[in-house]
Amino acid sequence: MAGTARGLIEVHDFCLRYETMEGAVDAVSDVSLNVQPGEFVSIVGPSGCGKSTLLNALAGFLTPSGGTVTVDGEAISGPSADRGMIFQQYSLFPWKTVRENVEFGLKMKGVSRSERERRARTLLGLAGLTPFENHYPDRLSGGMKQRVGIVRALATGPRILLLDEPFGALDAQTRLIMQQILTNMWQRLKISVLFVTHDIDEAIFLSDRIYVMTARPGGIKAEVAVPLPRPREPSMTLSSEFLGLRRGLMSLIREESIRAMGGEVSLDSLKGLAINLEGQDLSAVL
Amino acid sequence: MEAALRQLPETVPALTLPAEAPAKAKAGPAPLPAVPTDRVARWLRLHRGQLRAMALGLVSIAIFVAIWQLLTVNRATFYVRFTNVPSPADVLDRAILAFHNPIFGEHIWMSCRRIVYGFTLASSVAIPLGLLMGRFQILREIVFPICEFTRPIPAIAWVPMAIMLWPTNEESIVFITFLGSFFPILINTLQGMATVDPVLVRAARCLGAREASVFREVYLPASLPQIFTGLTVGMGVAWVSLIAAEMISGQFGIGYFTWEAYSLVQYSDIALGMITIGVLGLGSSFAIRVLGRIVMPGGTAR
Repeated sequence: MAGTARGLIEVHDFCLRYETMEGAVDAVSDVSLNVQPGEFVSIVGPSGCGKSTLLNALAGFLTPSGGTVTVDGEAISGPSADRGMIFQQYSLFPWKTVRENVEFGLKMKGVSRSERERRARTLLGLAGLTPFENHYPDRLSGGMKQRVGIVRALATGPRILLLDEPFGALDAQTRLIMQQILTNMWQRLKISVLFVTHDIDEAIFLSDRIYVMTARPGGIKAEVAVPLPRPREPSMTLSSEFLGLRRGLMSLIREESIRAMGGEVSLDSLKGLAINLEGQDLSAVL
Repeated sequence: MEAALRQLPETVPALTLPAEAPAKAKAGPAPLPAVPTDRVARWLRLHRGQLRAMALGLVSIAIFVAIWQLLTVNRATFYVRFTNVPSPADVLDRAILAFHNPIFGEHIWMSCRRIVYGFTLASSVAIPLGLLMGRFQILREIVFPICEFTRPIPAIAWVPMAIMLWPTNEESIVFITFLGSFFPILINTLQGMATVDPVLVRAARCLGAREASVFREVYLPASLPQIFTGLTVGMGVAWVSLIAAEMISGQFGIGYFTWEAYSLVQYSDIALGMITIGVLGLGSSFAIRVLGRIVMPGGTAR
């Protein structure tokens, strides 16, 4: 593909603060990360660590309280079709057929009806969705809905693709298939991907690099490169390399999860019970 | 015979519904149930549920009419008095007479016209207003308090005020009909806007949709099922309000016809008027349902 600098994501000292009656609370603080053009990067971390917040800032739904968030050097000023986003909840328009859903972004761009139809048909063909192009979303399975969602986000030719736990609601088998479909599409399109998940296996299987986030206020705890060769096969999940990565990531995240839970439990709710979690080794329990 | 045997194992289990099997077994002495291959049999089987519902519906209406007939012919009195109530046969006689009389048609026509005017006006104000109020909080904060305090006033209570407000009787009746249907439509449109899935809005914006497009492509279609609920309820209330207004201040109209029948001691006409109102109400809500299917090809309720 031409345009080698297409899709460079740079985040510097990103902070997100919100006001409460008790004062300002940091949801995310001082996050710096980057995604090189054509790279597949995942963010993993305990729930509530601000992974999605970061993604929403990249999509243009949130303005950072501090720091900069840029794509190809340009600051983000609002949502745009340049940055495709896939949500965990199925977000297909239920009143539009599969093809009309895929055409939506092109329609917003003012592409003519016949051209839209042509492009949507091509993409649906690539994703193996041609037989369903005239179906309404309620007749599709969860995996198929999400596949249509990905095709829809790619139809406008975005520079980057942001995925917010896109396969979280799918069963394990469908998940594996979806991961392969996503990898295939990513390799064909050479698009930069930032993928948020809490599933470590998924992150390793898909990514070139993984960022591990800390518990609230979210920050970057570690950056892990995934040196597994491509194309990746499901059998690789049993290789010693994969398992080694998995073990390392697990312990990183476990620390943070305990910290996240300890932080919550030590609040007023359990004060009367005289439980002191500090200094206890909880890893055996969890 | 050989062909039939070969055919049976694959066709019978697939085509015969379990519930049907015992009935068939009882039906005839034939050792093997006939394989229903023709389209009529298939259609009957596939629509069994609907056919049963229709048959039961007809039977229950027949029973209702029969009881009515019995009570009135025998002039039953047990606290409720059926002495002056017309029998179904009387009503039928009057109906035949009425349908040959152009005045009766005029009554129906006037009522329908008032409904169409009032209801169309109400929808064309309430739907856009509801959509805008749902989208722009400021507008909602300005308009909603007025709605909240005018809404509980029944349309009928507006009759004296309407007569003062509008120069002609006709206009005041249309106004009453408008008021009756206005609030259900507005409230339901607002409700529809409030329940639009925010993820759909975000998805649309990520695909490059600007404000106007988000409105047209997401908010409006997402609210349509609820808007149609509003239209159905609004149509019902429109009839209630219309009939009340006609009874009080009308000249012509089916409500006026019914009330006049009472004043002129034409008891059969009272029932005829009531039945006509019922049929008209049924027809208009059916029309809205048909419109809903046309506007929402993907079906409702998601």
